Amino acid sequence: MFSRSYKTAVTVPPLAWVALFLLVPYLLMFCYSFWSVSPAQTIVRSWNLENYKELLHKSVYWETLLRSIWIAARVMLLSLLLGYPLAYFLSFYAGKRKDLLYQMVIIPLWVSYLVRAYAWKTILGSDGVLNTLLQYVHLTSQPLDFLLYSPFAVVLTLTHIYTPFTVLPIYASLEHIPRNLVEASHDLGATPTQTFWKVIFPLSIPGVVAGATFAFVLSLGDFLAPLLLGGPSGIMISNIVVSLFGAAYNWPLGAAISLGMLVIVVSLLFASERLEKKWSFG
Amino acid sequence: MATQTSSITATAGTPALKATLLSIRNVAKSFGRNVVLRDVSLEIAEGEFLTILGESGSGKTTLLRIVAGFERATSGQIWMGSEQLDPQPPYRRRVNTVFQNYALFPHLNVEQNVAYGLRAAKRPSAEIQQRVAEALDKVKMTAHANKKPSKISGGQQQRVALARALVNRPRLLLLDEPLSALDANLRRQMQVELKSLQREVGISFVFVTHDQEEAMVMSDRIALLRSGELEQVATPREIYTRPATAYVAQFIGHTNLLRAQVRNGLAVSGTLTWPVSVPDGPTLFSLRPENIRLTTDATSNNAVRVPGRILQQAFQGATELVRAQCSDGLVLVVRTASGKLTQEEVCLEFSPADAIPVRESPERN
Repeated sequence: MFSRSYKTAVTVPPLAWVALFLLVPYLLMFCYSFWSVSPAQTIVRSWNLENYKELLHKSVYWETLLRSIWIAARVMLLSLLLGYPLAYFLSFYAGKRKDLLYQMVIIPLWVSYLVRAYAWKTILGSDGVLNTLLQYVHLTSQPLDFLLYSPFAVVLTLTHIYTPFTVLPIYASLEHIPRNLVEASHDLGATPTQTFWKVIFPLSIPGVVAGATFAFVLSLGDFLAPLLLGGPSGIMISNIVVSLFGAAYNWPLGAAISLGMLVIVVSLLFASERLEKKWSFG
Repeated sequence: MATQTSSITATAGTPALKATLLSIRNVAKSFGRNVVLRDVSLEIAEGEFLTILGESGSGKTTLLRIVAGFERATSGQIWMGSEQLDPQPPYRRRVNTVFQNYALFPHLNVEQNVAYGLRAAKRPSAEIQQRVAEALDKVKMTAHANKKPSKISGGQQQRVALARALVNRPRLLLLDEPLSALDANLRRQMQVELKSLQREVGISFVFVTHDQEEAMVMSDRIALLRSGELEQVATPREIYTRPATAYVAQFIGHTNLLRAQVRNGLAVSGTLTWPVSVPDGPTLFSLRPENIRLTTDATSNNAVRVPGRILQQAFQGATELVRAQCSDGLVLVVRTASGKLTQEEVCLEFSPADAIPVRESPERN
């Protein structure tokens, strides 16, 4: 159908792009993770497993990793709890306003991530919008300091930023449910609540899995929200990677951590793909 | 073969008079400015197989959806016995539906699909198991109980959809063009199976279709719907032999419509003249092709006779449809036994009793 040269012209550039900017850097990272840094701050290309040993033995690394996973898990859960009802409403009850409301879910994605993170800073800060309001209505006498520079602030911000990423796949999977299945369920005597749990929810699981994966994976690798809003207690694993590649100048250790995260994320993606397939029906 | 004969006697016999199960009273429905149903009244008897027949856009599916509870009528009421049905949500009505494309739950296997209604009603599990097994046995799907709907054929899905509805022992089963997705052979087979199943379970069926042959084969009565209004409700035999309107006559089978002027008990249409017993004035008559004979010489004495010329023959197996032109230019369709007609010049004749006066069917929209 298409000529050979046309096929080549179309496929080679993206393949070259992926190879050059994805595979090669990962390969370099992989090599770095087995190298070390000399006392004179130079990279020594001698192959060893020291970085991985340090990763396992120094509690700061895996504790931060666990905290990151815990933060990402909370973001995932909150995004699902917020995103599912929104997607459900959009798909089943929004009627003529569907398109408009759908756009309103998407529009926040056009606003720079940084702007949204800073917005939370002005909301949550000790003389920020929220604290001023709380004092104004005399709910508190002094600013609440756990609002900003805490895991709470990170979870809140990341939930705000990543909820659209859960709404969209859930909405898509709800839209794919043939409406006559809902009618069939009612016809067979199932109440709307029974219908939701026995038909609608099971058939929306692929969307839930995709949305949960988005929220979790994107949150796990996030470093700006903890940097801006996390404070010392809200540090996440990516902040450590950033500092190892920067000020600490320990690229090999940073590479080892990055590869560890890559393994976690890739296995998650595989698992979620299998789960989605299991719950998809032709 | 046994089922074959039973279905033939079913259409031949007249249905026994039984108590009214469902009564549709002056139901109208419009979507915005689009009027889909206007003033439809219809009664369905216990154990009756009633077919709502109509072209696409006639409102037949909307009527069914109003009975099932998926749509609310703009005006009018629906009663089942002494209970008014239309304020009830679909899950409280003792009515079940077989959907056009079956609407089987893709994430549940055949057995779980059939058990769905009983589980929703929270029946004891021993009862569910027994009734599901019986229902699957009745539609011969026991061997496929653990398969997902996507792994079985269209005809099998059809059976599962039936079992899923009937297992709940509804008082009324609604079927929305359930055979339209099947190929011709399977379709004929399912028509017979469906009819014998209906007689066996004794539940009233309301069957929606656009296929007049299907309606004729299966129904106790046919309700013919046109542009949201009922044209005629009658047994298949009556609707065929005594069509009420020109539309009915044309929709069900082939017919010749003769536009005649009646004066003093005589109908005149071109060169044709025959005695009638209808009031004077312009009248439309329906004359079935099989009621016209092609002859070469005069036979019966009271028949209407006109010379004509054969234009075209369409072989249809046992019979043949012949288009013949009368001397005054009128073209009539005649059904004859198959066989080569040797001459072009023929004589067409029919008995006056076979020309049925029908009402005009004015355009509606």
